[in-house]
This record gives sequence, structure tokens and C-alpha cells, in this order.
Amino acid sequence: MASRPGAAGRPGGRFAQFKLVLLGESAVGKSSLVLRFVKDQFDDYRESTIGAAFLTQTISLDENTTVKFEIWDTAGQERYKSLAPMYYRNANCAVVVYDITQASSLDKAKSWVKELQRQANENIIIALAGNKSDMVADSPDKRAIETADAEAYAREAGLLFFETSAKTSTNVKELFTAIARKLPLDQAGPRMRQNLRPGVDLRPETSNTQGAGPCSC
Amino acid sequence: MDEIAPEYDVVVLGTGLTECVLSGVLSVKGKKVLHIDRNDHYGGESASLNIENLFKRYGQYSKGEEPWKKYGRVNDWNVDLVPKLLMSNGELTNILVSTDVTRYLEFKQIAGSYVQQGNGARATVAKVPSDAGEALRSPLMGLFEKRRAKKFLEWVGAFKEDDPATHNGLNLNTCTMKDVYDKFGLEATTRDFIGHSMALYTTDGYINQKGMAKDAIVRIRLYANSMARYGKSPYIYPLYGLGELPQGFARLSAIYGGTYMLNTSIDEILYDGSKVAGIKATMKDRSDSDDAGDPGMKFTTKTKMILGDPSYFPGKVQVVGHLLKAICILNHPIDRTDNSDSLQLIIPQSQIGRKNDVYIAMVSSAHNVCPKGYYIAIVSTIAETSANHHLELQPGLERLGRIEEKFMGPPIPLYEPLESGASDKIYISKSYDATSHFETTTDDVRDIYRRAMGEELVVEGLREGQTLAEE
Ligand SMILES: Cc1cc2nc3c(=O)[nH]c(=O)nc-3n(C[C@H](O)[C@H](O)[C@H](O)COP(=O)(O)OP(=O)(O)OC[C@H]3O[C@@H](n4cnc5c(N)ncnc54)[C@H](O)[C@@H]3O)c2cc1C
Ligand SMILES: Nc1nc2c(ncn2[C@@H]2O[C@H](COP(=O)(O)OP(=O)(O)OP(=O)(O)O)[C@@H](O)[C@H]2O)c(=O)[nH]1
Ligand SMILES: [Mg+2]
Repeated sequence: MASRPGAAGRPGGRFAQFKLVLLGESAVGKSSLVLRFVKDQFDDYRESTIGAAFLTQTISLDENTTVKFEIWDTAGQERYKSLAPMYYRNANCAVVVYDITQASSLDKAKSWVKELQRQANENIIIALAGNKSDMVADSPDKRAIETADAEAYAREAGLLFFETSAKTSTNVKELFTAIARKLPLDQAGPRMRQNLRPGVDLRPETSNTQGAGPCSC
Repeated sequence: MDEIAPEYDVVVLGTGLTECVLSGVLSVKGKKVLHIDRNDHYGGESASLNIENLFKRYGQYSKGEEPWKKYGRVNDWNVDLVPKLLMSNGELTNILVSTDVTRYLEFKQIAGSYVQQGNGARATVAKVPSDAGEALRSPLMGLFEKRRAKKFLEWVGAFKEDDPATHNGLNLNTCTMKDVYDKFGLEATTRDFIGHSMALYTTDGYINQKGMAKDAIVRIRLYANSMARYGKSPYIYPLYGLGELPQGFARLSAIYGGTYMLNTSIDEILYDGSKVAGIKATMKDRSDSDDAGDPGMKFTTKTKMILGDPSYFPGKVQVVGHLLKAICILNHPIDRTDNSDSLQLIIPQSQIGRKNDVYIAMVSSAHNVCPKGYYIAIVSTIAETSANHHLELQPGLERLGRIEEKFMGPPIPLYEPLESGASDKIYISKSYDATSHFETTTDDVRDIYRRAMGEELVVEGLREGQTLAEE
């Protein structure tokens, strides 16, 4: 497991790794946002996620600072309220997604935020993403949730907020970059620091299965 | 809420480790799996509990009291219900690596493996020697005995099952372990720690049984190889407790399309003649709005077979023994164990006038299972009497010194299925037994897989060439 933030790499450079979890109602576009961020792809006919539930993506904040996200998708276990605590464990950041054309999806998002604030690491950074903004570009009447309302809620709850489109990539990179900027790159708390690489590696030394390939979920 | 599919290949009942490994493997192999637990958490009898739930499970508090409050943050505790550790070179490690479930988990070594010699105030506690070199330094043996033990361990290390030249003139298919010990001229105390703290037999039953020598040698080799892998002890342990293991395999299953429903009770098992045909179940409502009258979501689905733990099939299992267990919270390491943050300590039956060994398994904040300064030690053994269970555990409890909190329920029945499942297509797992590791658990996984699928389980390369449900 590589969820612990750690700094190493080039001399003078900073490299940190964080665990990011995705939450939100089914079909709001969680997997699509990840697919856009990690592979810059979009698929109009995605099936509900089972599958590719573990991806990594690295972004450079500036020439000296690199942040690697280890992204966990729910693998559908939330569908019947059966998400394992392991999923939240040590999550450094969470993206809670709703669909701006579905009023109920923001309620669901709010309940996930509550759950995160109750269950997850107290320093977790939470971003709220109102997805499918492309759908209201041509037909504004499709919008079910006003930007100002969601923004007010996000401010009150202390969340980062973006309206995104996985389809057109609007604000996708911005969303993840904003999260990366808020993460504690230097002063990973004392608890995190002592947890740096405490474990033993069970894998045979040659195998390295961490990658962003489709089967490395 | 999405509809439950009308039919599954396999319904799995209970989210203990055995069930979750099977669920994960079957989903990877493309079976359509519905995995249900009546509890609102993963792990069943192999779960890890926080301290509040631990007090509540044992009913160890009066109304209005909240004794867990003095132990810091409730969720900093992950207390295992089964006192087991993973052998570094064991089969569970192999399955974890082959399925890539290691990705969701982080493991740490158990710091030491100890054995007691003698009893009461005169007892000594010493590290278990794991190879010929360590045997020479061990305080457990006198000078000449050390040389004999070294010879024996060198022989075990070089032993190859299919090369009779390495068998030292013994016919291992027929001889007893007593014959082997005699051949090397080992003393009784040496036989004791070899058999109990290296081969990890819980009784002396193996010594005179014909043909058991090979089994004993395989066990000693597993111990020695596991020891050699990371160095301090033959055991590793997942951070945040053993309860992470079933969750990891459940996630594997879900990633390959397995459907998970916790908090769901089985109302009826449906049959077609003698064979299982489906289930009727109710997913209980868990909304915060305490709707006492809410009947939950009822559903019926068909299935070709059911795998499950014994608690779901009270009429199809028998009791084969009782496990005694006391979960103890300490605020100090265990005396005479080099201040180890974690350990296994075996008290062989012969040293304390019993038939079964007493085990102590201890982990601590080093494994993220409790706040700093605390230690969780589980003392366990097989019950030999029908009363005075506390006395049976006493030799182990004595080793612990001052105990802050002790959780000890009634003897825990160990179940086994009455039938193989061939006739009803219901394949039932065994309870987690008294052994200190998961080797018998993975034996059960393999056995259930063989019974249910009609072929051997091969985990090596399991995920290669399997496409994910999505792609
Ligand atoms: C046979 C075997 C036995 C082992 N026994 C033990 C054991 O007894 N105890 C034990 O604890 N481990 C044990 N390990 C694991 C071992 O300690 C290392 O984790 C492993 O070998 C990789 O080390 P490395 O420094 O070569 O890796 P590297 O490639 O240097 O590091 C691996 C990752 O950790 C990050 N990293 C490296 N150093 C730091 C740092 N100081 N702070 C933050 N991040 C960092 C790197 O950025 C990289 O992502 C064992 C491994 C093997 C194969
Ligand atoms: N127009 C538009 N459609 C989108 C966007 N994002 C996702 N979709 C579509 O919405 C549907 C659901 O997207 P997913 O990414 O599968 O949603 P999810 O949240 O992962 O769903 P589950 O895995 O079931 O929880 C798919 O048909 C996507 O093509 C977007 O930004 N704009
Ligand atoms: Mg999805």
C-alpha cells in the first residue's frame, strides 16, 4: 500500500503520495472524472462501475513539486451501504461528486460529506464536484442545482468546490490540482511521518504492479 | 436502490476470512457472486472490533457506564476476535500476493516468537531457535543437546521429500516422529519445543502416529523458512488488525463484479428437491431515522450454490471442540520478552500438566491496533474441562502481569460441517480453530473450493488474462 505521503526522489525536489477516494451517487460521473484525469478519455456509454477501481496519476505543481494520487473508486460496495472501513482508512483526500442535473444527487453528496467527517481522518481534504456542467451549456433548463447554492454549502462545510465536466474536461485538472495544493506536502503531520514505510514487502522483489494500466485496478 | 439480479452463480453467507477469500477468487474467475452478511460490518468471527464494540460484545459494563472512554479514541482500537498471525511463508501470504490484495494492506513483522519452559515462578521464557545457528546459542538446551538439535535442524533444512538420500535412512511414509527424535537422540524438552513451538502442534498426538513424521518436517520447514524471510519471527501481521484481511478480499470480489450486502438477514433457503435453489432475504434499514417499523427491503434470488460459515447453518454442522479465549488489555510489554512490541508465546502442555498448549498472541500500537502505550494480548487454549475455564487459561494469564481489562466469554464452540455439500450444494466452512496461524484456514478454503468447483484452486497467476467486469 502506498497511501502514506512520503518525500524523496530528486535532490531538492519534493514528491508526495496521497490516497484519494471517490464518493457519490451512482451515475454522477465518479469513474468518468477519474478516467478523464488519469487517461484523458471519456466514454458516453459507461457502465456502472465494477472494475478499474484503483488508479494512480501524478501531477506536477511546479518544477520542484510532484504529487502522486492513489485513487480508489468504490467498486460498487456503497450501492447497498456496504462500503468497507478499509476504503476510508488513511484517505488523505476525497472527491464527493454530484450531478448538477439531478437534484437528489446533492443530498446524497451531503450525506457522504457527513459520513466522511464522522469516519475519516480528521485532516482529510474534501472537494465537492458538481459534474456534467456540459449538459447545461446548451440547455440551461436542465440545471437542477444552482451553482450559488452548492457553493454556499461547500463554503459552510469547508469543502473545495468546482463544477466539472468529465466529457469536455472543464475544471477536471483544476479540481485535482486544487486538492494537491491544499495537501500538507511539507509538514505531513507527526503521525503520518512515523508511519512512513513501516511495513514489510510481501511481493517478490521484481514485481511492480503499480501502474495506471487498465488492469492494475 | 438497484435491483438485485434474479440469479447468481454463488451466494456467499458471512464475511469471515474464509468466505471473503472464496468470494474474491470466484469473482475473479468470472462467477456472479452475491455476498451477504447479517451483521452491519465485515469479518464475522474474524473481525476486529473497536473498544466500545468490544465492551458491548462481552456485555462488560453496566447501564449508563461508558468504560471504554478511559481508553482514548474508540476508533484507535482494532481488537481481533481470533488470535492468529500469518506465517510469512504460508499459504495466506501466497494468496494475498497472487491476488494483489497486498495492495490494500500493509504488513509488519511480529517481533518475537517465544516458548516457556517450566511452570510458575521457576518458568523460563526463551526465544524459539529457528535454525541450526540459533540452536547453538539457545538457553533452552545444554551444550551436548545443542549439538544434537543443530544436527537435527540442519537435516530438516536439507530434507527433500522426493530425494530418499536426504531421509537419513528413515522411511518417512511409515515411521513416527518419535522414531525421528530417537534417531537424533533428542531430549524430551527439545522434542517439546520443536513439536509445539516450531511444528506448532497443539497436543502431543503427532508423536506416535505412523506416517506423521513427514507432516512434522513440513511444518518445521515452514516455520524455519518463514523465520528466514524477515528475520525476527516467522509471523507477519496486517496494520489495523486481522479484520483488514476479509475486507481486502471483499474489495477484490467487488472489483470483479461481486455484489455486497451487509446488514441483511436470510429468511429462508429455497430448495429444488434436495439441492439448494435460492434464498429469501431482507436487507434491514439502517437509516439514522430509527424507523422501528421499517420492514427493510425483501428480495428473493436464485442461486446454483451457497458457501457460508457455520452460523448460517445450525442444522448442518456439529461441534468438534471448544476454544477458550481471554482478550487482555495491558499497558506494559510482557516480562522476559525483551520489551517486544508483539509476540507469540507458547506454553507447551507438558510444562503445565495439560493436553493442549496455552497460546499468547500479543500485538500493540506498533500495528495500529491500539493507542500508544497499550498492548493487546489474547490467551487461548482448547477446553479440557467443562467448568473452571478461567483456571485452564491461568498459566497464560500469569505471564501477562498486571491486566487492565480482561474480556472472556463462555467457551467458543468449534463447528465443522456434517456433510461435504455434494448433495445439497451448500458448502460450509469450519470455525477458526485453535492454531496460531491461518494455515488451516487456507486448507479449508482449498477444500471448499475443491468440493464446490470440482477442481483444485490454483491462485498463481489468477488475475492474469481475466478481464475486469467493466472492460
Ligand atoms: C526479504 C525482505 C525482508 C524485509 N524485512 C523487513 C524488515 O524486517 N522490516 C521492515 O521494516 N522492512 C522489511 N522489508 C522491507 C524493506 O525495509 C524495504 O521497505 C524494501 O526493501 C524497500 O526498500 P528500499 O529502501 O530499497 O526502497 P526505496 O525504493 O528506497 O523506497 C520505496 C518507496 O518508499 C519511499 N521512501 C523511501 N525512503 C523513504 C523515507 N525515508 N521516507 C519516506 N518515503 C520513503 C520511496 O519514495 C519509494 O516510494 C523487507 C523486504 C524484503 C524484500
Ligand atoms: N454529459 C456528461 N455525461 C457524463 C459526464 N460524466 C459522466 N457522464 C456520463 O454519466 C454516466 C455515468 O458515469 P460514471 O462515470 O459511470 O458514473 P459513476 O458515478 O462512476 O457511477 P457508478 O459507478 O454506478 O457509481 C455515463 O454514461 C457517463 O458517460 C459529464 O461530465 N458530462
Ligand atoms: Mg463508477
